[in-house]
Amino acid sequence: MSEIQYQSAKTVKEAVKYMQAAKGKGYILAGGTDLLVQMKSGARSPGVIVDVKKIPEMVTVTEKNGSFTIGAATPAAVLGENKKLRKTWPGVIEACNLIGSTQVQGRASAGGNLCNASPAADSVPALVAAGCIVNVAGPTGKRKIPVEEFCTGPGKTSLKTGEIVVSLTLPKRPKNSSDAYLRLIPRTEMDIAVVGVGVSLTMKGDTVADARVGLGAVAPTVLLVKDAAKALIGSKLDDAALDAAAAACSAACNPINDKRGTIKYRTKIAGVLLKRSAMIARDRINGIEHRGHRPV
Amino acid sequence: MSEHRPNTEGKYKWIGTRPERPDGADKVTGRARFGADFSLPGQLIGKVLRSPHAHAVIKSIDTSKALALNGVKAVITAQDFPDQPNLIVPTGEMQVNMRDITRNIMAREKALYEGHPVAAVAAVSEAIAKQALSLIKVDYEVLPHVIDVAEAMKPDAPILHDHLLTEGANPPASKPSNIAKRIEFKKGDAKAGFAQAQVVIEKDYTTQAVHQGYIEPHATLASAAEDGQIQVWSTTQGHFQVRGFCARLLGLETSQIRVTPTEIGGGFGGKTVVYLEPLAMRLSQKSGKPVKMTMAREDVFRASGPAPGGNVKVKIGAMRDGRIVAAECIVEMQAGAFPGSPVGPACMCSFACYDIDNVYIEGFDVVSNRPKVAAYRAPGAPISAWAVESTLDILAQELDMDPIDLRLKNAAKEGTKTAYGVTFNTIGMVETLEAIRDSEHYKSPVKPGYGRGVAAGFWFNIGADSSAASHVGEDGSVTVISGNPDIGGSRASLALMAAEELGVDYNKVRPIIADTASIGFNFVTGGSRVTFATGLAVVNSVRDMIRELKVRAAKIWKIDPEAVIWEGGMAKPAGNQVGTFEPLSLADLAAQAGRTGGPINGHAQLNVTGAGPGFGVHCVDLKVDEDTGCVHVGRYTAAQDVGTAIHPSYVEGQLQGGAVQGIGWALNEEYIYNAKGKLDNPGFLDYRMPVASDLPKIETILVEVPNPQHPYGVRGVGEVPIIPPIAAVGNAVARATGVRMVDLPMSPPRLSEALDAARPMKMAAE
Repeated sequence: MSEIQYQSAKTVKEAVKYMQAAKGKGYILAGGTDLLVQMKSGARSPGVIVDVKKIPEMVTVTEKNGSFTIGAATPAAVLGENKKLRKTWPGVIEACNLIGSTQVQGRASAGGNLCNASPAADSVPALVAAGCIVNVAGPTGKRKIPVEEFCTGPGKTSLKTGEIVVSLTLPKRPKNSSDAYLRLIPRTEMDIAVVGVGVSLTMKGDTVADARVGLGAVAPTVLLVKDAAKALIGSKLDDAALDAAAAACSAACNPINDKRGTIKYRTKIAGVLLKRSAMIARDRINGIEHRGHRPV
Repeated sequence: MSEHRPNTEGKYKWIGTRPERPDGADKVTGRARFGADFSLPGQLIGKVLRSPHAHAVIKSIDTSKALALNGVKAVITAQDFPDQPNLIVPTGEMQVNMRDITRNIMAREKALYEGHPVAAVAAVSEAIAKQALSLIKVDYEVLPHVIDVAEAMKPDAPILHDHLLTEGANPPASKPSNIAKRIEFKKGDAKAGFAQAQVVIEKDYTTQAVHQGYIEPHATLASAAEDGQIQVWSTTQGHFQVRGFCARLLGLETSQIRVTPTEIGGGFGGKTVVYLEPLAMRLSQKSGKPVKMTMAREDVFRASGPAPGGNVKVKIGAMRDGRIVAAECIVEMQAGAFPGSPVGPACMCSFACYDIDNVYIEGFDVVSNRPKVAAYRAPGAPISAWAVESTLDILAQELDMDPIDLRLKNAAKEGTKTAYGVTFNTIGMVETLEAIRDSEHYKSPVKPGYGRGVAAGFWFNIGADSSAASHVGEDGSVTVISGNPDIGGSRASLALMAAEELGVDYNKVRPIIADTASIGFNFVTGGSRVTFATGLAVVNSVRDMIRELKVRAAKIWKIDPEAVIWEGGMAKPAGNQVGTFEPLSLADLAAQAGRTGGPINGHAQLNVTGAGPGFGVHCVDLKVDEDTGCVHVGRYTAAQDVGTAIHPSYVEGQLQGGAVQGIGWALNEEYIYNAKGKLDNPGFLDYRMPVASDLPKIETILVEVPNPQHPYGVRGVGEVPIIPPIAAVGNAVARATGVRMVDLPMSPPRLSEALDAARPMKMAAE
């Protein structure tokens, strides 16, 4: 029988030290909503578990000059209760608040969701659309990674041995900006996205000044779909622009046929959700409230 | 919650009320103990090695390395069980063959499905037990497999059992096949009926295997003593069945085995068979230690009985006025790896809701490389009802008739003879249809974008063997002892009937479920029989006790027992001519029991007949997201002929639970097999049962048509409600979208594809 060591770090530096010493057998414990399940199923057998919940900067949200930095281990429920964050990034927050279930929300974190590196992670398409920067600390110092470059494949990240994700930074928002995230699941909760789409928009009058589109569950990693953004920018979100952006999303898809959906279905739904997400983001800019993530 | 209770208003003191259930407090506080909560000092942990192959010859099994591992106390394979004869024994609503059951609990010549047990170990810890499994070497010769029923029926399909000749084949079978049995039911002349029909609708349907989805996985604890006695704790719907099966499987006498049922975290029919119990017992015998075994969720999905999927062909012929003149139904059903699907009840129930002169029904029981199916609420009936009730909806649309009116025109009534030969006594099909027709739901307009579907369902319900005892304590409180695990609030119902019969407060009656050594035989909890049949046994045991109570009062009063009546919980003189005596309460009589003849108890044991069949009609409003194929269920009402609702909350709960499971069956639930014949979704994430947010509150209408063959008019209620939902949902989808789904489940990808395929046709039509 193998032994598991548990280390509770008080500082980022300490956590990095433990991870480095673990020589690739270390796993970060934030909410544990992925790690503990994987350990029980035998999918992962850590040598060392490094608990980061006692590191203040990893469990708090700070705002500086309009830019938010989210501690990587901050529970999703805490993010959902941060009114200013929710108002500025409603799409990111609704995506974070879709991880797991209400009970899981008290533990699950955006940083954990990202590091689990599932292509179907709910928070990641919204973070990609938001232009999020991942703040990483490691034995050789700190570095910043654009979120869309963070994951390299299912279950794989660009973190090097000893490196940990400290926080996620969302850029300052121009005026008239908002975002939205929609996912398709066969049920209404307790499920994993068949397709997930995050859209972030900045409007100037009734014209799209800037846009970013994140697309999940249709390729080995979450995609930044530049062609979809291109189709939206400069448009008034008319049918032709939405059709073109939806087509770009469908074209970007490289999904698999599996128990959760067919290639054909996923490709189609990517376009459907792009259109709906874009409309919700625009509505939010126009002060129209949207609640509920199920596209019915 | 709407109530419709014309028959019991004011008639009873306790029956029809809604007190707290006797097991309620323990369950909400977490005190109730379920299968995996039982442990004994010094117990070992048992683990099962399961076949990774869908179909393979087991050439040899080498357990020596496992047995040599420190901490391993016993290893078993099929060699540790005697072979069994070709003998059919009943288990609830299904039949099992002893030859097959011993092969299902432990593969013998071949592994027949992925997850089929091939060996088991008992060790001092779970980790060691798991390590021991990895040391067992099984030499398999992998064979071609077959999963799909239609494929399995083909002449060139891989054959599962070389001895299997189709029973009832016409002409008689000469070669082995995967078709275990062919059955047929005939009434009138279907051919002539179709010739006479003005409209004929014919359609083919498919369904997928679904699991009962009980939250509690199978769990057991067995402790074999040196003198040959074995105690077993098990989460089961029938501890007497566990005793009976295990006695045969292990070559013991039933008196050597004492089985205690634990609280049960759902069963729905799936816990009427044995999986772990005989293995834990044998491991305990071999090791001399108690052995505890639990299944993981993956094991539950891979190796415990799901309900079958099947293919159903339906043909209905009617006159323009809606009168059905001919009907035909052909069902091909998965049995799993061993014969014995519920194709019989599927056939018998198919047209039982209707009075049709000319009927032909044919069924096929088909084996394939899947886990052996087990009972699941009204086994088989939801599958044929989905096909028949969908076809009726097409007929209603074709005739431009209201779907309830069409069903009323053809509804079975008292005196209707079914295709399977039974003539109905008092039944409530018409009343149940009328209850939906007259409901606020059905009368309300369908919201824009929504479609409304209705469908009906029939189930026999059963009686069978029950024993009960009633004991008066020295203070006059009462214990009612029965032997059926409570899967649906039956303890509350039994206590209510006992309180009513005795004329005492419900809270003075404590119902308990005794182990196999503490009460006489009780058939399994299944077939919606407990409140009906065991309820009758309880009523009779109380009557037996009242008879004794009257004898004791007569002794005290020195009068003839015939001159004593029992009324309002008291013994009273039958009239003034008998003499003037103060009434004696239960407590008075109990206090004097020692001087009047000793303890006061009542007993009853009987084979209960006269189960009243039940009918359900469901109505659903839903809308479909035409871009994604996602279904939103907006409103749902279930009406059912429930006899007398003894505890209405638990009757409503049965209707609601059945409806929810049926909606899941309709929309998302399915067993998905990969090309290697392995189950791809053995967990609740990808085997999608509905969650609370998927559903509206299920409204219920209790139609009380008392069963004349029960003192309180009880009918079984637990199974009917899973029959109508699938077709009700399909019919609503068809009316919302114009697209008729014939393949289950109507999941978003499947529905989206059907909508996309229909779109050009719809546009062309417009």
